[in-house]
Amino acid sequence: MSARKRRQQQDGTYEVAGQWKLMWWKFKKHRLAMIALPIIVIMYTITMFCEFFAPALPLSRFRDFKDCPPSAIRLRDADGNFVGLHVRLKESVRDPVTFRKVFADSDQIIKLGFFVHGEPYRFLGLFDSDLRFFGPVEKGGEFFLMGTDSLGRDLYSRILFGGRISLSFALVSIAFTFFIGLTLGGISGYLGGFADTIIQRMIDLIMSIPGIPLWMALAAALPTTMSSLGKYLWMSIIMSLIGWTGLARVVRGKILSLREEDFVIAARLSGASHGRVIGRHLLPSFMSYIIVSITASIPGTILGETALSFLGLGLQAPTISWGTLLQDTQTVEALALQPWLLWPAFFIIVTVLMFNFAGDGLRDAADPYK
Amino acid sequence: MSIEQDVILRLNDVKVHFKMDEGLLKAVDGVSFEIKKGKTLGIVGESGCGKSVTSNAIFNILPKYGLLGGEILLYEKDRKRLERPIDIVKLNPTGPEIRSIRGGNIAMIFQEPMKAFSPIHTVGNQIIEAIQLHVEPDAKKARDIAISMLRSVGIANPEQRVDEYPHQLSGGMRQRAMIAMALSCNPSILIADEPTTALDVTVQAQVLELINNLKRDFGTSIIFITHDLGVIAEMSDDVAVMYLGKIMEYCTVDELFYRPLHPYTQALLKSIPTPGKTRKGRFESIAGTVPYPMNLPEGCGFFSRCDYAAEGVCDQSGTDMVEAYPGHFVRCTRHEVLDAPGQGGNA
Amino acid sequence: MLARYIIRRLLQFIPLLIAISIIIFVIIQLPPGDYLSTYIVQMKNSGTDVDQSYIINLTRQYGLDQPAHIQYFYWITNIVTKLDFGRSFQWQQPVSQILSERLPATIGIALLSLVVTWGLAIPIGIYSATHQYSLGDYIFIFLGFIGLAVPGFLLALGAVYVIFVNTGVSLTGLFSPEYVNAAWSWAKFVNMLPRLGLVVGIIGLSQTAGLIRQMRAMLLDELQKQYVITARAKGLEEKKLLWKYPIRLAVNPMVSTIGWILPGLISGEIVVSIVLSMPTMGPVVRRALISQDMYLAGSFLLIVSVLTVFGTLLSDIALAVIDPRIRFGGVAE
Repeated sequence: MSARKRRQQQDGTYEVAGQWKLMWWKFKKHRLAMIALPIIVIMYTITMFCEFFAPALPLSRFRDFKDCPPSAIRLRDADGNFVGLHVRLKESVRDPVTFRKVFADSDQIIKLGFFVHGEPYRFLGLFDSDLRFFGPVEKGGEFFLMGTDSLGRDLYSRILFGGRISLSFALVSIAFTFFIGLTLGGISGYLGGFADTIIQRMIDLIMSIPGIPLWMALAAALPTTMSSLGKYLWMSIIMSLIGWTGLARVVRGKILSLREEDFVIAARLSGASHGRVIGRHLLPSFMSYIIVSITASIPGTILGETALSFLGLGLQAPTISWGTLLQDTQTVEALALQPWLLWPAFFIIVTVLMFNFAGDGLRDAADPYK
Repeated sequence: MSIEQDVILRLNDVKVHFKMDEGLLKAVDGVSFEIKKGKTLGIVGESGCGKSVTSNAIFNILPKYGLLGGEILLYEKDRKRLERPIDIVKLNPTGPEIRSIRGGNIAMIFQEPMKAFSPIHTVGNQIIEAIQLHVEPDAKKARDIAISMLRSVGIANPEQRVDEYPHQLSGGMRQRAMIAMALSCNPSILIADEPTTALDVTVQAQVLELINNLKRDFGTSIIFITHDLGVIAEMSDDVAVMYLGKIMEYCTVDELFYRPLHPYTQALLKSIPTPGKTRKGRFESIAGTVPYPMNLPEGCGFFSRCDYAAEGVCDQSGTDMVEAYPGHFVRCTRHEVLDAPGQGGNA
Repeated sequence: MLARYIIRRLLQFIPLLIAISIIIFVIIQLPPGDYLSTYIVQMKNSGTDVDQSYIINLTRQYGLDQPAHIQYFYWITNIVTKLDFGRSFQWQQPVSQILSERLPATIGIALLSLVVTWGLAIPIGIYSATHQYSLGDYIFIFLGFIGLAVPGFLLALGAVYVIFVNTGVSLTGLFSPEYVNAAWSWAKFVNMLPRLGLVVGIIGLSQTAGLIRQMRAMLLDELQKQYVITARAKGLEEKKLLWKYPIRLAVNPMVSTIGWILPGLISGEIVVSIVLSMPTMGPVVRRALISQDMYLAGSFLLIVSVLTVFGTLLSDIALAVIDPRIRFGGVAE
């Protein structure tokens, strides 16, 4: 009978293949998601350790290089001789037609390199260092990958520091959203009845008020004297106060459909408490949907923060975020003369795009049996 | 089995394979049978055995990733345009020939009438549409046909019902309307895919009686798909037992119940609960689960669940269909051994 | 049936309105200090003497010396009975006057954007779903991803930049400077068209991507349904079948998406009109919020929320008219 036993076991193996394994297989097949995932990881890594990756400090001013355009990275000098990675120093000249002060490449070379020493910084508040991943070999060299702003600060470095705020902001806000959405959605779906009605009406209510004006109003109500950190935290709470509805709906829907499943009823009958039933039996069975819902709401949070900060109602200087960096682009004239100030927009779009790709892959993967 | 002229539909080695990401899923793997005029063929099997896919294959309605092979020959005489017999497999699945066959020559009744009707169109609208396609293009006349059809399937007050939406009708009523739609174009073959599974027992009996009456009145041939052997006994002339996309046993209904040859058929028959016959008050069930029909190993598909399986024989190369008795086909290498007195059987 | 459905929906509508008004009132009260003290400070700063009797008058009119719930009562009664939304200290005008000047343009632009959104999303969604995994489908999916990733304000910035660099024209405002104060004329109307088109297009596009996804997903879902097979088994031609059954069933619920598109469009209008300096509510609301002129900002929020709820109600009724399942009280599977 041994061959039959083996065959019988074989019959079962397809159903036994773990859910998480199936999800990973399915996720791997989503090419865009597989591209997006490493990019997201890289972006978070770079912005988290932005002191190391940024060539300059976000607040150091290069006084002679206000509104300086980006310098192109080159390998050969003006005569075509190979000199290694370098940029040419910008020099200020008058435009012969408009008499406006503009920058042009001079012959002077600023050599670039990896793991160079620059201005000292305190790494994540832990220890002092001056080691940088990439930058001018000579300390304080005028290297502006993405140009400078009107105060002569290196935009690329500022974008990396702004990314730290904008990207972490999304995570902090999502954490609050997760907490509120899971709690209220869980209560709504599990208890049902009156609690469910109230929470559902609350969701209807919040969803009927246009989001950005509501964010703006709540953000504007924050005291002007509040510290940067306080503002950062409160802004993320405001975002989650409005953003929890989607997650709560997912959680409620899933709980409603699972509540009647045999394994839940069995747990209830054997005397498990409500909390235990939710935590041990319900949550694990729809964790994947929660992850999908959360990933899907990260782009919205990033866009919301940047829009509000851009309008001057969110995070404010001296806090650097991608939104506050874009504040400089509000007039057509500024845009026309310093188009490089739109670089933060590129980072916003790429980030949101990558999160959307990843979210899409996760959505496919969440239903591995489909 | 019978005189050749009587056969109106013949399936020869029909295969439906689905190209899935994980591999090739052989939903229907070499099915052959024939249907005679005015007769009922029952197809029986557990869920997932390929019986519904077979019926969709007859309509040449398959998803894009489905591959259809073999021959499905339609020997219909009274419609002019086409050469007889037509091989449905070779027709363009969206072309005019197949569309004239669908609903015109072959019609279908589905398992869940609620889902099979569009919820936002009236029942009448959906029946009239079929009539206009195949029988009567004039809207007014088509409506009259629809109303008389609804009356003939036993719907009271059809003039009013014709303008109602599916969800306004009861379950049994919806299935009657479905039958009316299927028969409205006077097809010669009716495929009924588990038409009573979603209905109450009393309504089930009524619908089955209705189908039998219609078969008598219109002379329609019926392919009756079900997992319920009791219904098969009541409805069919011939029976095909399917397992994992293959026909395991194919014979007349009497042969099947009195002389089942395949261990799977025997097990199916044993699992019918009979009052007073159940041992120790337990239902008999077939041990194990149906294997996932993908990348199947060699040998008989029922090997892993068969009580009489012989290692080295049944798990080796494929098992062929043999005619054990005249008109009684079985796909089992050991049927002669098992057929001997005292070995298995319906004891 | 339909009448009962409408009445039931209307009854649900009222508590929602009350809840919205309470939330808005709370928001108005959130910043430290009330309207009066802000007003007095501002008057003093500008060196004007504060007229004591005027202050007493205002206090009585808005119940400013009363506890919060009484104040709410005064506030909402003034709005409902006299359309009195309070005063804007920043503009030194009744809020209702500012709203009547600016709000119609905001709502008009939002509604035009809705037409653009639906007009693009529904046909594209149908194409994508019926040509799933085709080149066209992939292109639209890709564009949709871009659309989802580029917020309205960035799109507006980009458009303004590109147009300015290429033509030297700054397409901000609803009219070019010479027409702003001119009387209505054909030339002024023609002058407005490209600017209006730009703002409507940008706002519409930013919502289109989401709607295409929804339309596509819904139609793909409908295409799997049993009734499609029924229709096919009837011998119906594929194109006719698509339009009569699954597309109709998938388009129906689009009507009810107004509930979430409209708030999105209003949000988009606010941000985009700030970037494009439109003479609509956007720039006004922004300035009001920055200077915490809460009656003005709050009233705007109140009105657009009420309008959104009202739009949702209308779309639900429209859906009930075209979809018998809802008209007859709905039915479970």
